[in-house]
Amino acid sequence: MANEKKTPEQVKYQKLVKERMPKSQTFSQCVRAFISGGIICCIGQLMRNWAQQGMGLDEKGTAAFTAIVMVFLGATLTGIGVYDKIGEWSGAGSIVPITGFANSIVSPAMEFKREGFITGTAAKLFTIAGPVLVYGVGSSVIVGLLSLLFK
Amino acid sequence: MADILNNMIPVKRAGRQTVLFSNPPAIISSATVVGPMEGKGPLGPYFDMVLKDDTWGEDSWEKAERKMFEHTVRSAMDKVNLQSGGVDCLLGGDLLNQIISANFAARELKLPFLGLYGACSTMAESLLIGSMLIDGGYAGRVACIATSHFSTAERQYRNPLEMGGQTTPTAQRTVTGAGCSIAANPTLEGDRLYGNVFVTAGTIGKVTDLGITDVNNMGAAMAPAAVDTLTAHLSDTGRGVMDYDLIVTGDLGRFGSEMFRELCLQNGIDVGNRHLDCGNLVFSGEQKVDCGGSGCGCCASVLNAYLLERIEKGDLRRIFFMATGALLSPTSSMQNDSIPGIAHGIVLERK
Amino acid sequence: MDYLWAFVIGGGICVIGQLLISLTRLTAARILVIFVTAGVVLTALGLYEPLVELAGAGATVPLTGFGYALGKGALEAARESGVIGAFTGGITATAGGVAAAIVFGYLNALLFTPKTKM
Repeated sequence: MANEKKTPEQVKYQKLVKERMPKSQTFSQCVRAFISGGIICCIGQLMRNWAQQGMGLDEKGTAAFTAIVMVFLGATLTGIGVYDKIGEWSGAGSIVPITGFANSIVSPAMEFKREGFITGTAAKLFTIAGPVLVYGVGSSVIVGLLSLLFK
Repeated sequence: MADILNNMIPVKRAGRQTVLFSNPPAIISSATVVGPMEGKGPLGPYFDMVLKDDTWGEDSWEKAERKMFEHTVRSAMDKVNLQSGGVDCLLGGDLLNQIISANFAARELKLPFLGLYGACSTMAESLLIGSMLIDGGYAGRVACIATSHFSTAERQYRNPLEMGGQTTPTAQRTVTGAGCSIAANPTLEGDRLYGNVFVTAGTIGKVTDLGITDVNNMGAAMAPAAVDTLTAHLSDTGRGVMDYDLIVTGDLGRFGSEMFRELCLQNGIDVGNRHLDCGNLVFSGEQKVDCGGSGCGCCASVLNAYLLERIEKGDLRRIFFMATGALLSPTSSMQNDSIPGIAHGIVLERK
Repeated sequence: MDYLWAFVIGGGICVIGQLLISLTRLTAARILVIFVTAGVVLTALGLYEPLVELAGAGATVPLTGFGYALGKGALEAARESGVIGAFTGGITATAGGVAAAIVFGYLNALLFTPKTKM
C-alpha cells in the first residue's frame, strides 16, 4: 500500500480518521508506566542487594541472580494469569522490564500448548524472544568485532 | 434464452446491486448462544443461552466455537420442530482460517452445506444468499448462521491472551456468540416462531478500501463499505432513510459509527437517529471494551435475539440490516496491506 | 538511596517505551527488540555503564539492561580472547537469564492454561 498512489478520496478519509480518532491518554499512561516500571526495578534492586550483601556474590553472579529471579517472577505471574492484568494497568511499565520479556515467552507457549509440546509450546516460546535474541546477540557480536577493529 | 433472461431481470433486480424478492422468504425461527461477557451486557436477557464458561467443557476454544455453531443450528430447528430433512441447505461461516468452526460443525449436522466467508458480514451474506435460494425455488427452508469467539479470534488475529499490554482506544472486542435464522418459503406448512418477519430485498456489497491499515481500528476500515452499500441500496430502490425504521450496521463500534454517519452526510444521506450499530449494543459502557463489540457473532446474535423479536412485535416495521466485514488476514496485515471492507444488506419487513 | 535511583531511572526508561507505544503504535515485540539493541549500542558507546553505576537495577532490569549485559560481555571477552570472545562473550554473560527464561517459560506453559479475559 505504501508504494501505491493514494486516491484523493483515500487521502481525505485517512485525514478525517486521524483527526477524529479517540486518542490514547498518553500522559496518564506514562505516569502509570513510570510508577509500575519503577516498582519492578525496585524489586530488582532488592534482589541485587540481597545477592551482593546477603549472599556475597560478585558483580557477574549478582547480575545473573537478579535476571533469573526476575524472569522467574514474570513467568510465574504469567502462568497464574496475573501478569496480563498488571499489563492492562501499566502498559510499557510491565513490557520493558525483563519480567515483560518473560511474559512474552510464557504467554504464546501456554496458548499454543494444544498444538503439541514441540511444534506448539517449544516453538512458540520464541515468537517474541526469538527476535529479541537475534537482534540482541547479533548486535553484541558486531559490537565485539568492531571493538577489535578500533582497538 | 437471452430474451428470457432480459425479461426476468427487471422483476427480481433493481439497479446495479440490489435483488428484490418476488415471493419474500419468511424468517420462521432463530436461536442464539453467547459467552459470559455478552450475557452480562445490556442484551443479556434476550439471548437463548449464555455460557458460564467460554470453553463450554471442551478442551480448546476452537472446539467450543464449533459446538456453539452446531448447537445454535440444532436449537433453531428444534424450536419449530424441524428434522434434518426439513432444512434444504445450511449457509454459514466464522472468522477462523478455512472457516473450521463452520466446516466441522457441518460435518456433525449432516445438512447440505455452503460454507461462506465474509468476515463479520457473514450473517447478512448467508441470509441474502439463502433468501435468493428460496425465492429462486432452489430451497424450501435454509439455515443461515454466523459465529465468532473472542479467545479464538484473539489468538489468530492479535496476541496470546496472557500477554500483558494495553488495548488502543479504537480497539473492539470480538463477541463470543452465534446466531442462526431459519428462512423459509412462506407457503410451506409447519410451526413458526415468527409469523410476520420477511426478507423483501437485499443489496450485495462491493469491496471498499480507503486505505486504513490500523488493525485496531476496524470500525473506521469498514465504515466506507457500509456507506457504499447503503448509498447503492437507496439509489437502487429509490427509497430514502425515512422509509426505514432503522438502518442497522454490524460491528462498526463507536468510532466506526461516527465515521459512518459522517461519510453518509458527505453522500447526502442523513441517517440521523435511525442508525443503530450492533457493536454498540452488545456491551455496556462499564465493560471496558473501548469501542464496542465486533466479530460475525456480534450482529448475528443481536439480529437473532433482539431485532427479529422487535420486528415480530411490531416495534419495527422495516429495517435495513447491514453486516460489515473487514476482509483482512494476519498475513495481509503483517505485509502492511490496508484493510478491505465489505457490507451486505438485507431488508427485513413486518407484513 | 539506591532504591530511589532504581525507581526513577527504571521508571524513566519505561516511560520512553510508553511514549513509543502511545505515539507510534509500535507493538510489544518491536519495543523489546529496539530496547535490547539500543542497550547494546549505548553500552558500546560507553553511555550505559554510568547509568548502571548510578541506578543499579533501575538500569539492568529494563530490557536495555539485557542489551547492556550482552554488549559488555562481548566487549570484555573480545578484549581478552579476540574474535572468539566477540562471539561467545554476549551469550556467556546472559546465559543465566536466557536459560531461566527457557526453563521457567516451558514449565509455566506446561503447568498452566490461559484464561479468557473478561
